[in-house]
Formats: sequence, structure tokens, C-alpha cells
Amino acid sequence: MSKKFYKLESKNLNAFYGSFHALKNINMAMEEKAVTAFIGPSGCGKSTFLRTLNRMNDYIDGFRVEGDILLDGRDIYGRDVRVDELRKEVGMVFQKPNPFPKTIFENVVYGLRIQGIKDKRVLAETAENSLRQTALWEEVKDKLDQSALALSGGQQQRLCIARALAISPSVILMDEPTSALDPISTAKIEELIYELKQAYTIIIVTHNMQQAGRVSDYTAFFYIGELVEYAKTKTLFTSPKHERTQNYITGRFG
Amino acid sequence: MSHIDIELDTLRGKLMEMWDLVEYQLQSGREAMLNADHDLARKVVKLGKKVNNYDVKIDRMCENLLALYTPVAVDLRLVLATLKINANLERIGDTAEGISMYVQNRVGTYNPEMLDITRAVIMYDEALAMFHDCRLAYIANDTDQARAILKRDKMLNKIYRKSEDIIAHYLRNNPASIEEGLALLSIIKKLERVGDQVTNISEEIIFYQDAKVVKHKSKKKNKDKEDRSDDMQSQ
Repeated sequence: MSKKFYKLESKNLNAFYGSFHALKNINMAMEEKAVTAFIGPSGCGKSTFLRTLNRMNDYIDGFRVEGDILLDGRDIYGRDVRVDELRKEVGMVFQKPNPFPKTIFENVVYGLRIQGIKDKRVLAETAENSLRQTALWEEVKDKLDQSALALSGGQQQRLCIARALAISPSVILMDEPTSALDPISTAKIEELIYELKQAYTIIIVTHNMQQAGRVSDYTAFFYIGELVEYAKTKTLFTSPKHERTQNYITGRFG
Repeated sequence: MSHIDIELDTLRGKLMEMWDLVEYQLQSGREAMLNADHDLARKVVKLGKKVNNYDVKIDRMCENLLALYTPVAVDLRLVLATLKINANLERIGDTAEGISMYVQNRVGTYNPEMLDITRAVIMYDEALAMFHDCRLAYIANDTDQARAILKRDKMLNKIYRKSEDIIAHYLRNNPASIEEGLALLSIIKKLERVGDQVTNISEEIIFYQDAKVVKHKSKKKNKDKEDRSDDMQSQ
């Protein structure tokens, strides 16, 4: 029997902030071109785990990891891995939209410029493609040279997703991408996630349980640094195996 | 106690009130039938309106809970189970009314011999006992008891299957009793349905408590175990 291919795998992963043991022996495999949601109360380790997936925590003082994280079977904490190369492969979208104080166009092609791409045609095509993928093109095509900061919060977040897509990653990490948005912008981002999973592997941290239910294929529940339960989303939300999971998702925690 | 717990408790309480009413209807239907008590029969029929009000009210409470609390896991299963139990209770109430209407349409009591050979009273008592135990299983969240009730339905089915031949044979020798015989046959048929409805309720108790689907399982055996159990497995 051939071994199933997983886009991302975490093996015996432990993470520490100084002496604080933030992640305890996490073993999980994430499927390609699917949406995996991480849920759990604040401080449970879900964001730490998300950030270890593209080494966002590397520069935090006292932070260290033990164990492996495999991207396409290759350890991302290996000596031969360059972090900037890794982040081309694993993009990230944050809680608050964080466009740069530049034009809309420059925001989208920012990653390409860093890579040294100067060809105007390539930049323009990439910008249009990325903005179309995030359903923003029709809204901004006539004002690409205006400041990104003039966009609404929901548009800014979609712009940030477009910026992440422009460098053609295969994995997109989202850390509570809609927690600062109104319901309509939230719905648009959720629609977008649904579309994007055809081409990308998406990992999302969310505090909104219904959102996890709506957008994800798999859900992982974390509690005080441990992975308590990881299952198909429809299973986890209808018949969770662990009482702790049930208490959390039904709002009877603590 | 969390907010949703209070709502769910209220819902359960409402369902219990309805359950009590329906149990009274079914119990009284039996007394009315055996004693040809027209007053009691009228009372059973009249109670139907009250049961219908509960039916509508409980449906509405479930709708509100789903819309406002978006329950998941055990909470969701409780709401879904309550919707179905509610519908089955309402049907059992209708059955009691139906039996009472047969009582109202007749003057005398049923011929003891016919009751005896069809085992109609035994059937009625077992249906009542199943219904009562089902209520206890619901209150105690006792799925073992709920499972036991599923097996008891077989006895009602057996009596029902034999009743047609028994009554036909009896009527051949006692042609004067045709109306009485047909009415009794209809009542037996209704009691058989009560057994099915109590079975449905027991299945919902198991679904709510154990997250297991047991309905339609006896017929299919374990053949298509996969359809839902596949979803139940975690990664």
C-alpha cells in the first residue's frame, strides 16, 4: 500500500518560548488543496503552530522547535532551507489587513519586486491575475495607482490575499483573517477561501466556530498546547470524540 | 448554567409536558374502549387540540434555537431529536383520538371473547408500557433501555399479523359482529403503529445520546454500515 501524500506534516513537534512549553508533541498531516481549520481557546497554541509552518516565530527571542515539519516531504527547519524561499511557498494573511502605504498595484507586486522581477508585462499580468482571483479586480482596476489605504477593510484584506497569491505559493496560512471585518466582507473572504482551495492548500486559524464549519474540510482542536482532536469538520461538529472538544464547540468551556 | 442550557432545558420540559398529555390520552383511550365510556372518549378527543398546540410550539422553539444559537454536536442532536420525537408524539396522540372515536361510534363494550382471542388488551397494555418506559429512557438518557424498547415492538407486530385471520375466522361464525370486528381490527392496526412510533422515539434517544443512527438497521443488517459510520471516524 502506497503511503498517502500530505502537503504538510508535523511530526513530534514541540515548541518553546523560553521555558514555556507552547506546543506538545503535535502529530498531524494536512491534506493538499483542502482547507484545514485550527480552533481552540486563546493561548492553546493554534497560532503558534500556524506560525511554525512558515517559520514566522524564528525571530522571537527564546523560541525554539523540536521535531519536524515537512512541506512536500521536506523538513522546513532543515539546514539547507532558506526562509525566504520557504515563504514563497507558504504565504500568510494576518488578522488585521496590513497593506503597505503604497499604491494598490505596488502592494500586489511587492513580492515580485523583492524577487527582482522588473518586466512590466509580467508585473501587470500577475497583478491582474491575483486581483481577479480575490474578486477585487472589477472594484479596483481603474484605481490601481491610488493608495491601498483608501480601500475598505474588507477590500484591504482581499488585497493582502492577492499580495500573498502574487508570488504563487502552494500553501496559504490565514490567522483569523476575518475577525476585523463586517459580515459582508467576511462572507466574501469565505467565498474566496472556498474558491482558492481548488488550487491552494489553506490553513486557517479562527475563533469563529461557524466559520470553521462553513469553510474547512478538516478541523483541529487545540487545548493548552496539545492537539486534542483532528477530524473531518462535519464529524467534529456533529459527533466529536472527546468531551473537551464537545465542551468547547458547544460553548461550555471552563 | 450557560444560556443555551437554559433554552434546551425549557425545550425538554415542554416536550415532557406534551408527553404527559399524550400518555394520558393513550391510557384513557384504553379505559374508554374497555368500559365504553363516551365521556372519557370525548375528553381524549378534545385534548387533541392542546397536543396540537404543543406540537406547533415545540417546532417553533426548535426553529428559534437553530436560528439563534446555531447548536452543534450534542446540542444539535438534541434539537433534531426533539423535532422528530415531537412529530411522533403528536401521531400517537392522534391514534388515541382515533381509538376514542371508535368508542364514541359504538354503544356497548367489546365482546370479551373477541378481545381475548385477538389479545388486543395485552397488545394495548404492552404499547402503553413501551410508551411509558420510553419516557423514562428519555428522562434518564438511558440508551440501554431505549434499545430494549426496540426489541419489544416485535410482540405488537406479531399480534397484529395474526389478528386479521383470527377476526375473520370469528366473524365467519358470528356474522352479527361484523362492525365490532372491523372496529377492533382497526384499533389493533392503530396500536401496531403506536409500537412503530415508540420505536422511532427510542431511536431518536439513541441518536441524541450516542450519536448513532440505529433506524432502518434491523432490515438491512450490517450490509451498508459504511454510509454514516464512515463519517464518524476521525482522522
